[in-house]
Amino acid sequence: MNIVENFDLYAPRLINKKELLSAGHRACQGCGEVLGVRLMCKALGENTVIASATGCMEIVTSMFPTTAWEVPWIHVAFENAAAVASGVEAGLKGLRKKGKIDDRYIKVVGMAGDGGTMDIGMQALSGAMERGHDMLFVCFDNEAYMNTGIQRSSGTPMGASTTTAPAGKVSSGQKTWKKNMAEIIVAHGVPYVATACPSYPLDFIRKVEKAKSIKGPSYIHCFTVCPTGWRCGSHLAIAMGRLAVESGVFPLYEVENGKYKVSSEMPKKLKPVKDYFKAQGRFRHLGEAEIQKIQKKVENEYQKILDKAKYLKAWD
Amino acid sequence: MTKRKGLATWQEITTGCVVFDPGSASEYHTGSWRAQRPVWDNQKCIKCGICYIFCPEGCVQQSEDGFFQANMDYCKGCGICAHECWPRAIAMVEEG
Amino acid sequence: MAKRIGMEVAVAVAEAVGQCDIDMAAVYPITPQSHIAEHLSDLVADGKINAEFVTVESEHSAMSAVIGASGTGARVYTATSSQGLMLMHELLPIASGMRLPIVMGIANRAVSGPLNILNDHSDIMPQRDSGWISLFAENGQEAIDLSIQAFKIAEHKDVQLPVCVNIDGFQLTHMVEPLEFPDQELVNKFLPTRVPYATLHPAKPVTMGAFSMSDYFTEIMKAKDEALKNSKKVILEVWDEWAKMFGRSYKPVETYKAEDADILMLTMGSMGETAEMAIDGLRAKGVKAGLIKLRLWRPFPFAEIKAVVKNAKKLIVTDRAVSFGGPGGPVFSEIKSALYAEIQRPAIYNYIIGLGGRDVTVPDFVHMFEKVIADKANKAVDTYEFWGVRE
Repeated sequence: MNIVENFDLYAPRLINKKELLSAGHRACQGCGEVLGVRLMCKALGENTVIASATGCMEIVTSMFPTTAWEVPWIHVAFENAAAVASGVEAGLKGLRKKGKIDDRYIKVVGMAGDGGTMDIGMQALSGAMERGHDMLFVCFDNEAYMNTGIQRSSGTPMGASTTTAPAGKVSSGQKTWKKNMAEIIVAHGVPYVATACPSYPLDFIRKVEKAKSIKGPSYIHCFTVCPTGWRCGSHLAIAMGRLAVESGVFPLYEVENGKYKVSSEMPKKLKPVKDYFKAQGRFRHLGEAEIQKIQKKVENEYQKILDKAKYLKAWD
Repeated sequence: MTKRKGLATWQEITTGCVVFDPGSASEYHTGSWRAQRPVWDNQKCIKCGICYIFCPEGCVQQSEDGFFQANMDYCKGCGICAHECWPRAIAMVEEG
Repeated sequence: MAKRIGMEVAVAVAEAVGQCDIDMAAVYPITPQSHIAEHLSDLVADGKINAEFVTVESEHSAMSAVIGASGTGARVYTATSSQGLMLMHELLPIASGMRLPIVMGIANRAVSGPLNILNDHSDIMPQRDSGWISLFAENGQEAIDLSIQAFKIAEHKDVQLPVCVNIDGFQLTHMVEPLEFPDQELVNKFLPTRVPYATLHPAKPVTMGAFSMSDYFTEIMKAKDEALKNSKKVILEVWDEWAKMFGRSYKPVETYKAEDADILMLTMGSMGETAEMAIDGLRAKGVKAGLIKLRLWRPFPFAEIKAVVKNAKKLIVTDRAVSFGGPGGPVFSEIKSALYAEIQRPAIYNYIIGLGGRDVTVPDFVHMFEKVIADKANKAVDTYEFWGVRE
């Protein structure tokens, strides 16, 4: 049976016990994004500095005068998490080479939601990736501006109803296909890009560890379920992420030095996207024809990844 | 700062509002948000730890006997642990 | 004492910053600032300074990157101008709110639109309330000295605020002037290694840039206001120390033949030296004219301004920016506000001059004085005029 077999009995033993994001944070019940952040921190460990964009994760974790963070953390603004992270990296590098701080290796991580990564933060992210900073950037993609009230972003999938692209009498919600951010970062020629989902925690943790081990820029696009914004039960947060992967809506893969590798979690045969849609209020208005259009696109996009994995070679 | 009696005055605010107490958000108990609570049946539990891994609060802990329980100070009652528990060892029970 | 050498001011500013043991700089090119960025890159490329130079993709990212680096405890520098400063605008109050001692050079330039690359002060004025210490240089030597002093002021334990050094674009940045660089050993003594109040380092994890609601926000703003106001004491101490070590003294408000003047003019930035020549001409004709040069824009030197104008009958405030639909130029507005409660105060006139690089000559300044002197009935008091505008 599915994921549990992969886990076996060893899951708690395989994972860093130390919680680097404390309970008491104000995330919604069943928040997939804060789970993603929690697991990311476990994979990163203590020698980490995080630069966060404005967004859900920022406000729920840093209510002055308290903080949920147990690693050094900085928030500056919405669109600049990658630029701040690049500055942190350069600052630490400058201090370290002059012996002004101890010589330990510190991983610098930038994080943002889909809006902070794919829309308003894309320029800063592109710049940071292109400059080759030794940093990881993680996009926690819950497919809309959830913090401000479920407005559409370029990460919102076709057909989803949001508060600024609502389903109405003459509209079926989002009119555009989701921006493929992972591919945009691949085009930057960085050493490591991966997609992940906390519904597959060991895969996600392994990818973060891999990114951590790379001295240079890396990017993880983490698909995180937002029960509030997607209008599904909070208990379904993990199940929805699993269905997104199993249906091919969000394929898990990694690209190391240009070489694509589809993650072993991907099923041989994709489930219909309808199975993924049906528990989510944001897709409830979609008719059969619209679902079929999306189904076809999902299959095409997944096939592209399979083809790249088959034909493209690593750079070196 | 966080051990305050009443709110800090402007003179007491840390320079640049830096928070020097890591993890101090745990002062705030989110358990009051809960409408349902998870209850473990240790007869069915196989100690796999899925409940621990998938808890967004990080409030499910393993005790010395290897079984798991949630810290009710923080559990928001999302029901992920019960839904994901493979041997169905966790039930969500309405708060009284 | 070091000997004088001829050098372009922008290059000299980079050279001076290079004397300050910076750990990191992030600069995005923009006319007329670019020579600062270029020369800093040269210094790094030649191994003359040991710093990380980050070639960011925008000014927004330049400021973001120096904020991040300053958070680690590094000594950081950036420089910009005009549109670049406007793009940074969002981040300026964040940098001061986080109390990060960033130093920024600004090659002052007109703000669009229409696009104009030449000098005025319309770029710095919209940043007035962002919580930065703001200094104005009158000449190349001051640009060098202030750039070095800025680190010491910014990093002082009682200040911990960002500082910007305003250097008029082209009119100052691109002039070749005879300049005296302070001796490196003395600079090292003057400017010890930064001691940050907190750093982004795993040895002691801190949270910077937390989220605050109404329960704390007022107190946080009050703390920042007090910090900025109190920085004046430190600024004066630093200038005192500088004078002792390097022989050049600095004051928040400089004066020229102002002591016995009946009529005063106030300038900010590089036009002071031109205005001095006008004063000399007027004095030769028996007019008791004098000049005030405002060096410290924030924190605003209220007491010093009151003291220097109290015996004058008339005061001409020149502004190099416009507060559209407002009371006149921003400096004029500030001076009027500073003197409002004074029983004995001069009649104040405002000329908006030198917009978008428009030349202002010695005869222009003389003419301003003559016009104000001719206004015997004080009809033009408290009004403002776009000097030399074609009608």
